[in-house]
Amino acid sequence: MDALTRRRFLLASGVVGGGAIAAGVGGLGLAELLRTASDASASEDHRKARKLVIVTLYGGNDGLNTVVPYADPAYHAARPELAYEPDRVLRIDDSLGLNPVMKGLSRLWSAQRLAVVLGAGYPRPDRSHFRSMDIWQTASPSDPATSGWIGRWLDGIKATPEAAVSFEPMLPPLLVGETRTGACVSIGGLKLPAGVTTDMIGVLGRREPNESGMQARAADAYANLIKIDQLIRDAEAVDARADVPAEPDIAATGTGGANLLSEQLSRVAHCVEAGVPTRVYSVSLGGFDTHAAERPGHELLLRQLDQALTSFAGRLAQTEAGQRVSVVVYSEFGRRVRANASDGTDHGTAGPVFVLGPQVAGGLYGEQPSLTDLDDGDLKATTDFRDVFGTLLASVLDADPARYLGGYEPKMLPLLPRD
Amino acid sequence: MGFAYICCMADASLLLRRAGFGPTASELAAAKKAGYEATVAALTAPTAPDVGALKAPLPGLGPDPFAGLSNPTPSQRSKGDEKRREQTKRITQWWLDRLTVADHQTREKLWFFWHGHWATSVRKVIRPQLMLVQHRTLRSSLDFATMAHRMVTDPALIYWLDGQLNTRTAPNENLGRELMELFMLGIGRYTERDVKEAGRALTGWKIDYDSGRAYFSPASHDGGRKSILGVTKNFDAHSLVDLLLAHEACPGFIAERLWFRYASSTELIPMSTRDNMVRAFPDTMAMLRRLFEDDAFRASAGGLVKQPTEWFVGAMRQLGLRPGRLSDEVLTYALNALERMGQLPFAPPSVEGWAAGAEWLTVGAAQVRLNLAGRIAQLVPAQRLTPEDVAHVLAVETWTNRTYSALKGTTDPQRLLTLGLASPEYLVT
Repeated sequence: MDALTRRRFLLASGVVGGGAIAAGVGGLGLAELLRTASDASASEDHRKARKLVIVTLYGGNDGLNTVVPYADPAYHAARPELAYEPDRVLRIDDSLGLNPVMKGLSRLWSAQRLAVVLGAGYPRPDRSHFRSMDIWQTASPSDPATSGWIGRWLDGIKATPEAAVSFEPMLPPLLVGETRTGACVSIGGLKLPAGVTTDMIGVLGRREPNESGMQARAADAYANLIKIDQLIRDAEAVDARADVPAEPDIAATGTGGANLLSEQLSRVAHCVEAGVPTRVYSVSLGGFDTHAAERPGHELLLRQLDQALTSFAGRLAQTEAGQRVSVVVYSEFGRRVRANASDGTDHGTAGPVFVLGPQVAGGLYGEQPSLTDLDDGDLKATTDFRDVFGTLLASVLDADPARYLGGYEPKMLPLLPRD
Repeated sequence: MGFAYICCMADASLLLRRAGFGPTASELAAAKKAGYEATVAALTAPTAPDVGALKAPLPGLGPDPFAGLSNPTPSQRSKGDEKRREQTKRITQWWLDRLTVADHQTREKLWFFWHGHWATSVRKVIRPQLMLVQHRTLRSSLDFATMAHRMVTDPALIYWLDGQLNTRTAPNENLGRELMELFMLGIGRYTERDVKEAGRALTGWKIDYDSGRAYFSPASHDGGRKSILGVTKNFDAHSLVDLLLAHEACPGFIAERLWFRYASSTELIPMSTRDNMVRAFPDTMAMLRRLFEDDAFRASAGGLVKQPTEWFVGAMRQLGLRPGRLSDEVLTYALNALERMGQLPFAPPSVEGWAAGAEWLTVGAAQVRLNLAGRIAQLVPAQRLTPEDVAHVLAVETWTNRTYSALKGTTDPQRLLTLGLASPEYLVT
């Protein structure tokens, strides 16, 4: 079966994915979501529940230039133009250092709130973006699966729609279960053609007596479009009043647009503080497919990542609800050890996974893969990524990991010691 | 002028909307004059040559930019990728243009249906040349039996379902499964063992990318005996297809799929309608004709949502526009919008094909559609229009009170067209 096969409700199709941009199937307006926190005593309970934020880096992040094995001569030999000199990296021990632009994460490391899981991957690595991302999100390396690992958890706990929320433009497979899916919450307002008013669309959205059921549903879509637009505006009015710490300045980028990751994480923080019942949030940053002229582009992305994560972590630390949040950052694969001829790197295998948050026991987990004992030019994974996700299922979501990892019994990592 | 007349007026417009991509006002008037039966005959067995289609002949793309490059340099690679994207855009524009200008709307619509049936995407196949090869194959297959035989060795379909990796020593069941589940029999009409054995029968087909052809490699083929659907012999790709064509489920499955796209995506096909269509198998145009002549087809009015491509091409036809003449900016906008609405030709989201029914009616799709309608309306140089003019141009019988009051809210012709194109009655047939 093609990995695409059972997921037509997803991905490239704008139908449900795109529909979910502004709350289609499994969609929810931000204001509606915030409204789920309106019951004061319930929201107090929700603030106490542990929460997980999953950050997906699309494109294949170059792990070796993120957590740099600066002391290894093989690193410098394999990618002379791309390697960082030992005196530039932000050292985390006498062999590894963070990329020089990741100053905020380096501070989190010093505060022992950043865990770095080294060499995370899976058996028989696949170098297709699509397939490998599918493997990480379904946590099923051997067979294509029809549901994401969080989706299966949603099935298992018979979750309500707001239990898992994505602030991405399309619902990721991660949040899709067999019977339940997470909700896609839109960021950004309604755009209409020039001169066409929301009143006109509101009129198109009225049902007519005696029209066919399908025609009535076509009308409903317009009515809902207007309704959701209103909900979002209400929420943004709330946002504007809320005492929200200022966003850090983001270096101007050549890629256009805002730092969407920081915007997504700011929405997460807002929901956490408001006490919404969401337990899992999915956010993402794309553009890591650095086949050519890697260094400037990669640094730009890592800087965005660093600033977004650092400001988010800082905000979490300020509230009691924020104290209950943990963040995991992963990508579908790392990149080849050896640079290619255009100062970039091609698709590789294992890479580091970050886990951070007020409850996280910082430090290194697992082993840095060897740069000389390679599998056809690529790193050999030393940690199965399902050990990380399994640990998070157990420690954050109080779930039985094997039940949601297709029977895989993960090796538990002491990332989140219980108090 | 009694009830029967009104009924048949409605019927002719239902027929034209379903059989093609959206009738122009003059096509609709001609159909009403000719009557339902004569229109069915003219649509399904056109006698005159397709003069309109001559304006949009099949494009030639030349060789794949990677042809002959066994180890491309990074610069060759990025130029090649760029060239492929541009070629993909060119064939997509061409197809939309062809759908718009062709007179033989029913034939073009049926070929579009087959694209959704075999649902192969350039997103994985990467090579627009192979997509065009498949497109020609679909056009030139006169019945389903011929089509199935040609598709099972079609290079784009093979690549889409990993057939080139399916060998005697490493069997891959992807193509075998979909051949039964999605293309020829329907789910549940075979066992998992049948799937595995079918996969073995399909081993040995490889792709020569430079020439755009599939070829048979005997060394990779599993020549042993296979038991499939109760028959045991040394099946290969073509004897497998013969077996599936002869299976009792196959003709009914194809009738069901046609019903799903042409009559209703929510109601099941009535038994008598299916039996009637099955008698014309494997001639799928004849099956379609039987469907159009069936009372159940006429009763299905109001239940089918236009697919985004139908909606877009219909608007182009009715407004006298051509996708082939759009500026690059508008074209790019339109292709992005089609993709976000879930139907970019040559790029179905999955091997299961396009969505249907209420899946097209999400809030997100509504927003994209409104904005694309606005862009299309800007291309029309109309100075003055009334709501009645818009109904006439868009071949809408009559506006509902709702839409009429929305249209009454403006006198600007472009806004009127935008609202008309977005209206629920224009979206549903």
